[in-house]
Amino acid sequence: MIYLDQAATTLPKPEQVAQACFDAVIGGGNAGRGGHEASLDPLRRAYDLRCRLARWFGLSYPERVCFTANVTDSLNIALQGLLRPGDHVITTAMEHNSVLRPLYLLRERGVELTILPADGFGRVEWHRLPDAVKANTRALVCCHGSNLTGNLNPLKTLGSFCRQRGIAFVVDAAQTAGIFPIHMEAQCIDLLCLTGHKSLLGPQGIGALLVGDGVEVAPLRVGGTGMQSHSKTQPEEYPTRLEAGTLNGVGIAGLSAALDYLEQRDVNELRRYEQQLAHRFFEGVAQLPGVTVYGDWSSEERCPIVSLNVEGWDPSALSDALARQFDIATRPGIHCAPLAHEALGTGAQGAVRFSFSHQNTLEEVDAAVAAMQCLST
Amino acid sequence: MPVHIKQAYAVVTFDTTTQALAMERRAKQLHIPGRIIPTPAAIVATCGLSWAVPVEREDEMRAMLTRHEIPYAGIHQVAL
Repeated sequence: MIYLDQAATTLPKPEQVAQACFDAVIGGGNAGRGGHEASLDPLRRAYDLRCRLARWFGLSYPERVCFTANVTDSLNIALQGLLRPGDHVITTAMEHNSVLRPLYLLRERGVELTILPADGFGRVEWHRLPDAVKANTRALVCCHGSNLTGNLNPLKTLGSFCRQRGIAFVVDAAQTAGIFPIHMEAQCIDLLCLTGHKSLLGPQGIGALLVGDGVEVAPLRVGGTGMQSHSKTQPEEYPTRLEAGTLNGVGIAGLSAALDYLEQRDVNELRRYEQQLAHRFFEGVAQLPGVTVYGDWSSEERCPIVSLNVEGWDPSALSDALARQFDIATRPGIHCAPLAHEALGTGAQGAVRFSFSHQNTLEEVDAAVAAMQCLST
Repeated sequence: MPVHIKQAYAVVTFDTTTQALAMERRAKQLHIPGRIIPTPAAIVATCGLSWAVPVEREDEMRAMLTRHEIPYAGIHQVAL
């Protein structure tokens, strides 16, 4: 199979990730639930991973790295723990449902919501941001990179804007963490939401919420923590404040091994190679008859994602034909980004998304271009 | 312009991907014709999965769905 659905989850994972998960299944105890080595060993591994993630993402406080199940979990904890009735929050039309649905839920609970529009290239109309800010604006929430177009948002500019106005800046880094540089302190990010299984190359089921020191998040879940057990309330201290129940020791072991893999390589080189693959595919298909490619391709600096439609094809049927006839895996549909598709004018039919990682090859890209040539003529 | 020759299918939609996979399992057991496909945008623009059979086998599939009380959301004829 030629796997071009890397934005959904990266494949294949490094073998050392699989081995670390295997070892944790066979020998890992419950982190922080005893003084014996079977418990202490995964607890040390969890602490080490907190330190490494803090270092990777420019946060000075490893204890404020909280483990979650995935980026949706991180966003739910962040948004529901931050926003209260009467608060105002700003987001964009380019967001995934992992951002939009928690915000719609909060709107039902009395949070005021503004959604900034995007243009036909999927570019957020950021010039509208200053006018959108109100006295009760508590947060700006946006993705770093769009899961539909691959367009990037200017984190430093947005973070500085928010910091000057006392607005919390919440970033969904699902598509970029691990392969794009992100620095919470330099970019004034207050809450960084990550998943482990995309560009960070870890297993599914592990994510993280990194909480800047200028913001406090109320717990979404409460329960066992292994500490302060006589207290009737969740401990106030991070990370325990946001981590109720047994940690995902297998996921932590796998994500630690994935960081080993990435740290043995030049991540900037990996990113440039991924972008080269995406551009090669873009160049190969953009001029084909009947093909429409979406997004802003004026910048080289973008996620390795190419979404398109072919005239005469239902995108689901096109993706199915790519899978059946050419053994090429892509993602059709709405990509959990309904407002983004509306902005592109594809709300009624969706699109087919091709997404690349550094584990793809130039030959695979050329095979995908050849398949598209075949299907579009 | 591209020429894509379409074929007519009867497409069963579901409320969840779990229902679609339950359908696939039952279909294998009961020899119901068809296969899983991404839900066509012509039915609804979504990210879901559906069950498709060539339209000439629709009656046979409908009878099996009814006989075995397999839950589904709808059946649509679509050219794909």
